[in-house]
Amino acid sequence: MTEAMRLDGIRPGRLGEEDLARNFDDLHPRFDPHEALVAADRCYFCHDAPCVTACPTEIDIPLFIRQIQAGQPESAAKTIFDQNILGGMCARVCPVETLCQEACVREAAEGKPVEIGRLQRYATDSMMQAGEHPYSRAAETGKTVAVVGAGPAGLACAHRLAMHGHAVTIYDARPKPGGLNEYGIAAYKTPADYAQAEVDWLLKIGGIRIETGRKLGDDLTLEQLRADHDAVFLGLGLTGVGALGLEGEDLTGAENAVDFIATLRQQDDLTQLPIGRHVVVIGGGMTAVDAAVQSKLLGAETVTIAYRRARERMPASRWEQDLAASHGVRLMFNVAPHALHGEGKLREVELAYLGDDMAPTGEKVTLRADQLFRAIGQKLEAVEGLDLDGGKIAVTGAGRTSLDGVWAGGDCAAGGEDLTVTAVAEGRDAAEDIHARLNA
Amino acid sequence: MADLTTDFVGIKSPNPFWLASAPPTDKEYNVRRAFDAGWGGVVWKTLGAEGPPVVNVNGPRYGAIYGADRRLLGLNNIELITDRPLETNLNEIKAVKRDYPDRAMVVSIMVPCEEEAWKAILPRVEETGADGIELNFGCPHGMSERGMGSAVGQVPEYIEMVTRWCKQYTRMPVIVKLTPNITDIRKPAEAAAKGGADAVSLINTINSITSVDLDSFAPEPTIDGKGSHGGYCGPAVKPIALSMVSEIARAEATRDMPISGIGGITTWRDAAEYIAMSCGSVQVCTAAMTYGFGIIKEMTAGLERYMDEKGFATIEDFRGMAVPNVTDWQYLNLNYVTKARIDQDLCIKCGRCYAACEDTSHQAIAINPGRVFEVIDEECVACNLCVDVCPVEACITMERLEAGTVDPRTGKVVEAAPADWTTHPNNPMAQAAE
Repeated sequence: MTEAMRLDGIRPGRLGEEDLARNFDDLHPRFDPHEALVAADRCYFCHDAPCVTACPTEIDIPLFIRQIQAGQPESAAKTIFDQNILGGMCARVCPVETLCQEACVREAAEGKPVEIGRLQRYATDSMMQAGEHPYSRAAETGKTVAVVGAGPAGLACAHRLAMHGHAVTIYDARPKPGGLNEYGIAAYKTPADYAQAEVDWLLKIGGIRIETGRKLGDDLTLEQLRADHDAVFLGLGLTGVGALGLEGEDLTGAENAVDFIATLRQQDDLTQLPIGRHVVVIGGGMTAVDAAVQSKLLGAETVTIAYRRARERMPASRWEQDLAASHGVRLMFNVAPHALHGEGKLREVELAYLGDDMAPTGEKVTLRADQLFRAIGQKLEAVEGLDLDGGKIAVTGAGRTSLDGVWAGGDCAAGGEDLTVTAVAEGRDAAEDIHARLNA
Repeated sequence: MADLTTDFVGIKSPNPFWLASAPPTDKEYNVRRAFDAGWGGVVWKTLGAEGPPVVNVNGPRYGAIYGADRRLLGLNNIELITDRPLETNLNEIKAVKRDYPDRAMVVSIMVPCEEEAWKAILPRVEETGADGIELNFGCPHGMSERGMGSAVGQVPEYIEMVTRWCKQYTRMPVIVKLTPNITDIRKPAEAAAKGGADAVSLINTINSITSVDLDSFAPEPTIDGKGSHGGYCGPAVKPIALSMVSEIARAEATRDMPISGIGGITTWRDAAEYIAMSCGSVQVCTAAMTYGFGIIKEMTAGLERYMDEKGFATIEDFRGMAVPNVTDWQYLNLNYVTKARIDQDLCIKCGRCYAACEDTSHQAIAINPGRVFEVIDEECVACNLCVDVCPVEACITMERLEAGTVDPRTGKVVEAAPADWTTHPNNPMAQAAE
């Protein structure tokens, strides 16, 4: 423990450059070729494989693993990209322990699934590092499509549309494309500026223009987009963050986890990034875990995740929970924030214990806290003219909204889990639906 | 993008991958599924003569040999030719060929060694619209006891005779399928050529007993306490098959004979190796029986990528390219001197190279302090055993000594000019170099 770690308040430089570099290094380093072959040889090439069923993009996993076995990781990559053009990012960030790897028959047989995620990364990295982009555009159709949001859904949609020969313009509010891949995922899952490298690689298809700094609702209206284009796809994500609604929430140090992660991801020099000595994260999803673990990696002395329900209900997988615990993050269950205390600056967080019925038991506990991160979920920032379903854009079929010629997918659309891989599937399927419509 | 289409003795298919005559091609249902999955062609499971069909055992037909993690390496079978009526098969062949006109439909046939039997069945097969026939002179079990299958394939005169009948009674291309259960594979191939065969295919299965049950003392697979030898196939037989293919591809009398390669083809790479060894089509069975028809996607995508990377536009562009490099031992360059080199960064210090070399070879590896394994050049004969047993790929490599350097083992200067056994002083038959 460095001396800087024992200083109260929110301050940078708790850890030195070397420690930070090690802490934020690749969580799952890439397999070397021998490791990849050993891992690939464990695949049974199951018929109607459960792993494929468990993958929202339905990658032909046994086929791509067999292609690695047969000495062609690039052919494996093609199999992956055919279904999931962001297969490289998904290999890094998918909660495989609840998707393909949970379904692997070797998980059932031995408790040790085939390491599908790392094999997928091995394959996709092989092709991308060779600079190969295996798709080319169909003849120009003369049709134009507006895609709002350069996150996983928007990018997947744009790529598939471009392949079919349509001209795509992507509008994104942020300075860089990538969406949550660029701004919302733990740095150690996607180091070396992978998100931008992946966007650059994806754009090699041609026919896609990206306009950053364009936010729907500012100078960009849905009405105008519909008028100017043959179709519109909305992959807006969820950008609204709710407050806890507690006394003391205006104290310095009470922040949104997504803002913290976004700042961290854009920070070139992590020694300059301030972090509290004592950090409390409210929430139980992947964002909570990403914020908590990264707080610890930046040098926070104590980090606590406070989740209102029991462990079994926690949206973050057991694997993610254990990842947090292994970094020294304390997990508290059945607790909800009751009050934030301090004078100008946050000093402590008072938590109330909840029963299984979510009612307070009356017991309370107070934790020291210089910094608190809200990770209680994001909300859709309303778009005028669209029907909603449970606070998200209502869709039918492959992402058709209530407005003709407007599709939606990813986190902003109702249905499906809020995962990168789900967003890719929805973007891709909407693109096929748009293509069918434009061709009709 | 590479073009995988093939024209093998007039039989066209969208890719060189055919399913071999075997259980996967015994029924319309299977063959339709295979074609839907992307297979380029099939050799329909062997038809017998009109009349009551053969019967199969009602106990286990297959036995297996496994590698680590229960990976199937070899499969043995005692199944006979099709046990369904001739008419049923012919009707199904016709229906499938009609619906998949672009796929190769070859029909395997095995009838008694009598002219009338062949004369009777050939027009009926031709009537299905099939693209060609394959003469099953290979099955080593059951049928051979009745004077068919390998019993014919082991007698070159019979091969020539039956082939001639077939060429006489049908216009379809005739492929003769050879048994490997013979001393010199060139002889039956020559006989097929003499009889007018359009092509040969090989290998059929190898006589085998996969294992013996040590409680019942019966061979596996066991039928009521007894077992019979079967035919062995799968990845384990590939080296045997490749060698036999090369023999036919090199022999004076058969070098222009088209070959359909069979034996352990499991991935695109195996297929490419057979093609490089002159095969114009390849046949697959065990890999499909182990993993299902879906493996064809790996095979076609893999072959296509390989060809693209190499700049081969068609199969013909690289077919046979390995044949000139297969030679007799006596012509191998004895001045090609190599030594094993161990990459210390890759070495995991398991010591398998040491055990192999110290116990069974030339005591050419030293264990230095800290389990550092190093080659003793004075002893290394470059046998390659250490490379073969090393679990780490490319950790041990064989490096060539440059001409002009001294081989520490022999004390001789490595000569630049090649020299082989034919001119070696120890060879009593040696001819002095002029």
